[in-house]
Amino acid sequence: MQFILTMLQGGVKEIISYLSAHVITCLVPAFFIAGAMAVLVTKGAVIKYFGSQAKRWVAYGVASVSGMLLAVCSCTILPLFAGIYNLGAGLGPAITFLYSGPAINILAIALTGAAIGWHMGIARGVGAVLFSIIIGIIMSLLFRKDEQKRLGDIESLPEERSEKSGIFLILFFGVMVAILIISTSKLAPWIKIALDLSLINSLAIMVHHYFVEGEFRSWMEETWSLVKLVVPTLLVGVFLVGMVTAVLPPEWISSYVGENTLGANFAASLIGALFYFSTLTEVPIVKGLMDLGMNQGPALALLLAGPAVSIPNLLVINRIMGFKRTAAYFILVVVMATLTGWLYGYFFA
Amino acid sequence: MKIEVLGTGCAKCNQLEKDVYNALAELDIAAEVTKVKDISKIMAYKVMVTPALVIDGEVKTAGRLPRKEELHKYIKGE
Repeated sequence: MQFILTMLQGGVKEIISYLSAHVITCLVPAFFIAGAMAVLVTKGAVIKYFGSQAKRWVAYGVASVSGMLLAVCSCTILPLFAGIYNLGAGLGPAITFLYSGPAINILAIALTGAAIGWHMGIARGVGAVLFSIIIGIIMSLLFRKDEQKRLGDIESLPEERSEKSGIFLILFFGVMVAILIISTSKLAPWIKIALDLSLINSLAIMVHHYFVEGEFRSWMEETWSLVKLVVPTLLVGVFLVGMVTAVLPPEWISSYVGENTLGANFAASLIGALFYFSTLTEVPIVKGLMDLGMNQGPALALLLAGPAVSIPNLLVINRIMGFKRTAAYFILVVVMATLTGWLYGYFFA
Repeated sequence: MKIEVLGTGCAKCNQLEKDVYNALAELDIAAEVTKVKDISKIMAYKVMVTPALVIDGEVKTAGRLPRKEELHKYIKGE
């Protein structure tokens, strides 16, 4: 009885810590940013850089960062991955996209930063971008002899929405990122509120003058559908982590992954690669483990390998590109996550 | 008429399927609606972003939910 009570208490405590001001103030703007990206960034504009005609280095560069604009959950990543592989720039850029996508979307970085710490949020983003390119290039070198026959080129469809100029998009998203940064900063509350209000005001002016009919509504709908998609599973994840960590002896964690050794990093990335994490739940899991004494290096390894690969998504990838490439990808992810975590722990932790 | 909704099971793909059924009911048009979840079949339509709407083999939209009037227009074949 006592045992169950401790677990429930742990779960509730963990939920409360996530409902605290600094996580909320960070996640709320992040949801609005992600919603606006889905509505305003025309996907066709990004996708044309993935075409079979695109220059290789451009395709790698765009693939490594475009997850930020395109993808929040793995259900949008897999079709895009298959598309780049079958119709577009081919194996290397497809792999680059697959690896970096889940790690660098705005929600993942914002939550990692707010819940665990900004150094970890940034390390995760930078690590994912750099290593996604390296893994992509290694994959395309390994399999350069049997590049697969393309099914054709990407169908380009007319987009319904009006195109916004690049300057407008930079300003618009810049203001929203500024709100996110100010809200999570350590400024005095009244300064934060004053700055945020004036920024929100300028957003309202932009929306009023430049949005076409229905765009504002789609933005709000998109934001809300993301909230509905992410928040329930995230809260369940947080609760479960709280329950488990309340009764898990810290010595277990510290004896396996308490030090920044290659072995600990390998264990963390292998576990991360095999388990399935629902969108963003990798963050509370890693935070829970770190509270119990997990070293920063293995924590980063787990964050990097976790969302990029899991058994269910390996099965889909296997259907798309076959066993040999899937196995090579899996091994590369585990090795790269291990090395990145280890280097990070060595230099920064 | 054959309507296909391409999607791997994300929230918006299910929404598109619902929207299609609603539109058919409202317009009182009969059509065969199928949901295509298999990723290699989705690729055969050269679509990279889901949800996508395919009517009689022709891709109408991809990567977004069409507005109601737009959806009605496609279904009526205008």
